[in-house]
Amino acid sequence: MSSSPQPAPSAQTLLSIRSVAKRFGNREILKRISLDVAPGEFLTILGESGSGKTTLLRLVAGFEQLDSGEIWMADQRLDQQPPYRRPVNTVFQNYALFPHLSVFENIAYGLRAAKTTNGEIPARVTQALDMVKMGEFIASPPSRLSGGQQQRVALARALVNRPRVLLLDEPLSALDANLRRQMQIELKSLQREVGITFIFVTHDQEEAMALSDRIALLRAGVLEQVGPPREIYGRPKTSYAAQFIGQTNLLPAEVHDGLASSGAIVWRTFEAAGKAMYSLRPECIRLVPVLAQASSDASLARFRGRIRNQTFGGAMDLLEVDCGDSQTLRAKIAAPGPLGGEQVFEFFADDAIRLDDQGGA
Amino acid sequence: MYSRSYKAAVTIPPVLWVTAFLLVPYALLLCYSFWSVTPAKEIVHSWNLKNYLDLFRNSMYPTVLFRSMRIAGAVTLLALVLGYPLAYYLSFHAGGRKELLYQLAIIPLWASYLVRGYAWKTILGTDGVLNGFLQYAHITRYPVEFFLYSPFAVVLTLTHIYTPFTFLPIYASLEHVPRNLIEASHDLGAPPAKTFLRVILPLSLPGVLAGATFAFVLSLGDFLAPLLVGGSSGIMISNIVVTLFGAAYDWPKGAAISLCILLIVVGILFITERVEKRFSFR
Repeated sequence: MSSSPQPAPSAQTLLSIRSVAKRFGNREILKRISLDVAPGEFLTILGESGSGKTTLLRLVAGFEQLDSGEIWMADQRLDQQPPYRRPVNTVFQNYALFPHLSVFENIAYGLRAAKTTNGEIPARVTQALDMVKMGEFIASPPSRLSGGQQQRVALARALVNRPRVLLLDEPLSALDANLRRQMQIELKSLQREVGITFIFVTHDQEEAMALSDRIALLRAGVLEQVGPPREIYGRPKTSYAAQFIGQTNLLPAEVHDGLASSGAIVWRTFEAAGKAMYSLRPECIRLVPVLAQASSDASLARFRGRIRNQTFGGAMDLLEVDCGDSQTLRAKIAAPGPLGGEQVFEFFADDAIRLDDQGGA
Repeated sequence: MYSRSYKAAVTIPPVLWVTAFLLVPYALLLCYSFWSVTPAKEIVHSWNLKNYLDLFRNSMYPTVLFRSMRIAGAVTLLALVLGYPLAYYLSFHAGGRKELLYQLAIIPLWASYLVRGYAWKTILGTDGVLNGFLQYAHITRYPVEFFLYSPFAVVLTLTHIYTPFTFLPIYASLEHVPRNLIEASHDLGAPPAKTFLRVILPLSLPGVLAGATFAFVLSLGDFLAPLLVGGSSGIMISNIVVTLFGAAYDWPKGAAISLCILLIVVGILFITERVEKRFSFR
């Protein structure tokens, strides 16, 4: 299913990707992608390896030629320009710092190429380095820097040119987990500070959720869903989106007479009758205390289940609940301690989200 | 970690080899260069500096040495001018034909030196291919003589022989230029020509230096090309050494000249290694 997003009002569009297709040999990498990016937006292109996310970024940067479609920057056509004339800059996955130039010369590279007056260069370089807290390394060769430091220099080297759009190709993937989290926070605040549009490519859904104003979920060359992280998480459109962004339970259900039933689990619904796939997030499932089991509410769905596995996870424990009919649900619960045997669970009927597809694949 | 006998087995052969074929000959050469020879062609083991002083007194030696260096310099320059664009094209633009072109570029290395020398003789001679063509095309009426038996012919032949030696290290260093650096340069607004000057060329300098060293050092010591196509005006310093050790039978003087050449070559290698270190970044 190719869900082309609603074209944003033109005043709110900075970069416009229109029906862009790209193939390598007989492999279709991108299948008529359309995507509008607003000025100042932090947009993440999220996808597995091979989904075409890096290719899409390289098309915007100009390192690849598109087969069909157009890319526009405001009212200027971008896709026919060579990369060195596009008002975009890239932060590469492996930083791609020039090994024969000092940190200063690396950052000054774009300014010199743009024929910035010599007097202006040192101030701009210093300012960019201070922005990424690397001022003291101005004279170092890149080989003396750690991965995280090289990453900062790469960021400064791109931002110093004041691009209209900054492209980031999995820039944090080479860093270890702690540094990565720290850089995520810095990246986000840096983006707010400079107000430049960021297009960020990653395969890490947590990173995408933490950073983005909007996520464009790419799957096998097609945009699966585009929207703010909360929207995609809260109202996934497809089973792929539901599973890729966060964990979920997929419930294949039969709907009739205002009730959806999936195995032994039944909940109220106002949706059309027939077969449908529902997504229920593990944290939407609650444990019902024995005392409260008598009361009932039509907006709540209750079911019995045997706890097969309990994994301690700090604030929340992850339970695997056997509900009979070979149906196993995962639930995230703030458990008072080890639980056992059969328990009663409930969830709000509205938390079971009906998906557009039938699951599978 | 390794047993004593294993260590001995791997260490002794190279040490013996180096001693027998390098250290001893050089020591002998050094001794000879301080000895002298009688008019009756007998070597006298009396220590003196006469051979070295003769090198400066007789203007022929410096003249030929400087000519050799000029020829070697010209060969180096031409080999770089030919080898660099070839390596650049192969590394960046040859696409699927890369392998084939690479093989074609190094094929001259498989042909015998003598064959290539004689080939140029046939091309450049007064009744050679080049003169034949020029007369046939009515560009010249009489055979042009300076093609063969001249420093020009030596430079041409040596360039042909040593261009693969410059091509190979340049090609290797260009292959090692990370392609994302070129993309980064374009991305930062530098068009292809600027990218070449500011990224590709500096990063390939170690290869250029290695190739230039090969071409210069190998041509400086060459004696076959001047012998085959050089004539009397194309004589190089090694021809003199060959004559001194052969027909002239003046081993002490030959040894003195050899050591001077050796010193020059070692000096060049020392300098290029320093410069190369300065320009290598990995």
